[in-house]
Formats: sequence, C-alpha cells, structure tokens
Amino acid sequence: MTDDDPIIRVRGLRNQFGSQVVHDNLDLDVRRGEVLGIVGGSGTGKSVLLRSIVGLQRPTAGTVTVLGRTISEMEEEERKRLEQQWGILFQDGALFSALTVAENVQVPYREHLGLPLDLMDELAALKITMVGLPSDACTKYPSELSGGMRKRAGLARALALDPDILFLDEPTAGLDPIGAAAFDTLIRDLQRTLGLTVFLVTHDLDTLHATCDRIAVLADKRVTLQGTMDDMLRSDHPWIKEYFTGPRARAAQASATG
Amino acid sequence: MSATTTATLETEEAEVGFLVRAKGAWTVRLVRDLDGPLREISPKRARGRDAVIDLTGLTRLDTAGAWLLHRTSEQLRVAGLRVSYRGETAEIRTLLDVAEGYRFGFNLRLPRPPAYIQLADRVGATLISVANEVRGLLGFFGLLLEVLWRTIKHPSRLRVVPLVHHMERAGLDALPIVCLMTFLIGGVLAQQGAVQLQKFGAEVFTVNMVAITFLREIGILLTAIIVAGRSGSAFTAEIGSMKMREEVDAMRTLGLDPMDMLVVPRVLALVIMLPLLTFVADIMGLVGGALMVWQMLDTSPGVFIVRLSEAADFWTFGVGILKAPLMALVIAMIGCYAGMRVTGSAESVGVQTTRSVVQSIFMVIVLDALFAVFFTAIGI
Ligand SMILES: Nc1ncnc2c1ncn2[C@@H]1O[C@H](COP(=O)(O)OP(=O)(O)O)[C@@H](O)[C@H]1O
Ligand SMILES: [Mg+2]
Repeated sequence: MTDDDPIIRVRGLRNQFGSQVVHDNLDLDVRRGEVLGIVGGSGTGKSVLLRSIVGLQRPTAGTVTVLGRTISEMEEEERKRLEQQWGILFQDGALFSALTVAENVQVPYREHLGLPLDLMDELAALKITMVGLPSDACTKYPSELSGGMRKRAGLARALALDPDILFLDEPTAGLDPIGAAAFDTLIRDLQRTLGLTVFLVTHDLDTLHATCDRIAVLADKRVTLQGTMDDMLRSDHPWIKEYFTGPRARAAQASATG
Repeated sequence: MSATTTATLETEEAEVGFLVRAKGAWTVRLVRDLDGPLREISPKRARGRDAVIDLTGLTRLDTAGAWLLHRTSEQLRVAGLRVSYRGETAEIRTLLDVAEGYRFGFNLRLPRPPAYIQLADRVGATLISVANEVRGLLGFFGLLLEVLWRTIKHPSRLRVVPLVHHMERAGLDALPIVCLMTFLIGGVLAQQGAVQLQKFGAEVFTVNMVAITFLREIGILLTAIIVAGRSGSAFTAEIGSMKMREEVDAMRTLGLDPMDMLVVPRVLALVIMLPLLTFVADIMGLVGGALMVWQMLDTSPGVFIVRLSEAADFWTFGVGILKAPLMALVIAMIGCYAGMRVTGSAESVGVQTTRSVVQSIFMVIVLDALFAVFFTAIGI
C-alpha cells in the first residue's frame, strides 16, 4: 500500500433494511491525513455509512477497505487489531456510565495493552488534558458532566490508543455555538498534531467550513458529490445548492471568511 | 525483529554526558516494557552535567512515546542535569509539545478511605436514605390522600380511560398467573396439612385448616405479592421513563397535574382490582384444596362445601378481603412514588424499579402482620 492509496475505500456499498434501501452502489474514498466531512439530510444514512465502515453493520453488498484490508473478509483476531487503529466518537459520547472519565479513557489500555497502572494514569491524564478537560473532570462520572464535556471525554477515549483514523458522528450536535466552535478548533488542532485522518459526519455548516478539507454529500442513496467546498458551491444539484447556498450557509460562510 | 515492531532503550555514559538512546517505534502498543526501565534511569554523576536524549533512531512516535520521553527528560532535569534532545524533527516537536501540555498532579483515582470508615459511611448513608425515603413516602401519601379527596369532591377530574386501561392491565391481565399460583398453593397446603393431621387421626380438620389459612392469610398475601411484582414494578418503570424523557415536566407546563393523570388512575385501578383478584384467588385456592382433599382423603366436593360452611363464617373471608384495598393502596403508592423519583438516566429507572418491588413486598408483609394483630385483638 502506498501513501497515495485511500485509507478508506468503499465500493458498491448497498445497505437495506427490509424493503427500505438506504445506500445503493455507494462509492467513497477517504485520503490519508484529510478531514472528510459527510453531509446529507436527516435519515440519508450517514450514521449507517459510518457503522458499515467500522464493521458495526454488515452491508447487504459491496466492499469496505480500511488501511488496505477488507473488513468483511477479516478474521476475528485481525479485526480486533484493526479496530485498535481507529477511534470512534459516538453521538453522545457513549461513555460507560459506571466508570469515571479517567477509567473510561483507560478501558482500551486495560483491555488491549495491559499497561502498568502508573503509566495508564499518566497517559489518561495526558489524553484528558489534550481534549481540554479540566483536571477535576478525571474522577467525575459521565452523568456529572455537561454535554460538551461528555463529548470531549468521548474524544479522549477515542484517542486513547493513538489511532490513525478518527470517526466522529455529529460531534457538535447539541452544543452551544461557542462550545461547538471550540470543539471544531480542537478537532482541527488534534488532527494536525497527531496526523489523523478524520471521518466527520455533521450537519453543522460552521464545522464544515472550519475543519474539513473535503466534503462528501450523501443524497439519492449514494455519494452524489465529493470535493472541496468550492466544488460544492459550484454544483448544480438542487439539494447541494440549497444546502450550501441557503441563508444559513451564507451566514456560516461569512463568519468563516470574515 | 524490525525497527517498526519494537521499541528499545539504551543508556550510556558518553563523552557528551549521559546519553539516552530511543530506538524503534515508541508507540502506545510497544512501550509497555519501557516504562519500568525509564523510571529507573539514574546517571552516575548528576549535578551540572549534560544529558542528551538521542531520537535519531526513532522510526515512529505517538503521544504515549512522547509522554515517556518528556517524563524522562523531566526526571533527569529534576536530578540536576541539563537535558537536550538530539535529532528532534518538527513532527517529534509537535508531539513533545502535546506531552509538555500535561502537568503532573492529576488525581485520577477516587480516594478510597479505609474499610472500617467505608463501612460506617455506608451504614450511615443507608440510615439517612431510609429516613429520607420514609419521609418522602409519607409526604407522597399525604399528597395522594389530598388528590383522592379532591377527586371524590369533583368526580369529573377522574380520568376514566386510563383508569379502565390500568384496571385491565393490573387486574384482568394478572388473572391467569394469580389463578394458577393460588390453585397450586391451595393444593399443596391441603396435601401437607392432610399428611400432618393424619398422624393425629385428625384429617377431617384439613378442610378447616385450608379454608381458614387460605381465606384469612394466604389468598390475599399471594395475590398482593404477585401484584406488587407485576404492577408495582410496571408503574415505576412507566412513570419513571416518562419522567426521564421529561414527559412529566411537559405535562406540568401544559397545565396537567401528573398526580391526576398518572397516579390517581393507577392507585384507584389497583384499589378496585386487588379485592376482586383476591376473591378469585380465594376461590381458586379452595378449589385446589378441595381437589387435593378429594384425591387424598376421599372427601367429595359436596362434603368439602358443607365442612367449609361450618369452618368459616363470613368474617374469615371478610378479614382477607378487607386487607386488599389497603395493600393495593400501598403497592400502587410505592410504585408511583418510586417512578416519580427517577432522575435523568436509564440506570435510575432500574434502581427505582428494584426498590419499588422490594419496598412494596416488604410493606405488604408488614401490613399483614399488623392486621393479624389487630383482628386478633378485636376478636375476629
Ligand atoms: N437498524 C436499523 N433497522 C432499520 N432501519 C434502520 C436501522 N438503522 C438505520 N435505519 C434507517 O436507515 C436510515 C438512515 O439512518 P441514519 O444513518 O441513522 O440517518 P442519518 O443520516 O440521519 O444518520 C433511516 O431511515 C433509518 O430509519
Ligand atoms: Mg445519525
């Protein structure tokens, strides 16, 4: 595998629930080291796409290749190893509610690496600092945190094993604009320093402007358009036009450039 | 092994000073065995010397590796050496900057006091929570009485549709299990009684025994316990999940009183249905007993009925049935109260449901004991 090969390659993906076809013949490439934003209306299957890539959802047809390996053809052991090379931030953090924030971050260390206790503590504290949580958050339980802090804690857990790929499902949904902007900056900074590839599902136009290198639009059951923000603005597709040049889009664009 | 699958460490007293060589891939998956040796690094002569951390042999680095490098450099600095890196690239610098962002002194483990203090702490906390629970429950009882009184004064406030719905769910739907259980227990009681009484040649009194224990105690007790397990828990879970999804708050803001909407129909439904269920339970228990007696002692059902009317008067049955509404009130009240106490998480629904079932079964048995004393005292 060379560096130019896409880190994630989806070909001919089809997902079907009963008679409802969510994806049909969907192709997608994610390049190494980029932040790819996935947009699409509610219910167009953004989360399902994410779940099919990470193997939480078995596609009806098609292949998903991550880091040069095909997900559906892998043995259990190999899958486990590959899973350690990505981190996922679910929509509400999906922290384990019975564990403190620090213990949540340490779960992967405990399960996969068996690190010495002191080192585990240090690394967890490092990750918690990295995502910008205050030190007293370490011993708190998820129910004692605000939504934004839960997302940061979820991010710290996703980053615990220094993954190559980071999957984020609507990371700024439910955050106030200031919190959302801070989260955007955080993602961008972490992506730059750690050299991450980020697969970012979002609804948030500000996030798209602030963090994404490229954008993929889900519409008509497949990726209708994949390209930069400029490509989006030039598109004639009615939904893309509406989305990227509607009134809210203009405001977001103004704040991103102004 | 290649340089990308191992992480190694060498130390050396070189001319330039104390030399630490990091080689291979210092990544989170590989650095486990470096942690101990790195902590134990101790240069011979410390004060005022130079220490060099040589990074030229590194093939990969991540934040965990960077952390170890940073920690080691701090360690050497504290020991009095002048630390510098050799072969530091821009990427390595970025990661080292991340590691330097973390200051020591985080408290990650929840403080755990010694066992005896924890024990005292838990005993105390439990006592306080029981006291609070009792106080809260009494408060809720008062509120419930007030609302019930209001409902009696203005019957139009009563929500008939939910009332009937809950009567069906808590009463009618419980019939099969109540019938089956009481029928079996009635049979078992008769069988065990007959075996014991036969030893004294007193088996004719089996009917008396079955009739009296079943009508006075077992019928209502069994039914109440089944209903507490079935409906008390359901009340808590239903109201609790509505509370969790803020439906209860929404109700209040729309000017609807959750007591009227949720609590009164459930309480009334149970108060109406539990006596009826008990009545059926009594019959089924007696039927079970009668069949067993017929089979064991050849006492025909006709004889059983004659014996029954001699052994039990109306009050034998009345004592049992009289307890039912009060037990129903307690079960429904505890169920609804626990539901109202749910806060936030789904976990809380589980906790409250368990608590509601345990408390209501406990209260049913306490009430039964109190009734036994009371009825004996007034001589029925
Ligand atoms: N496990 C499932 N079973 C049935 N239908 C599902 C399932 N998961 C998702 N769907 C359907 O797939 C569609 C896409 O869902 P999703 O990917 O969650 O949308 P979104 O783009 O808003 O994230 C929705 O219409 C949803 O109803
Ligand atoms: Mg979604």
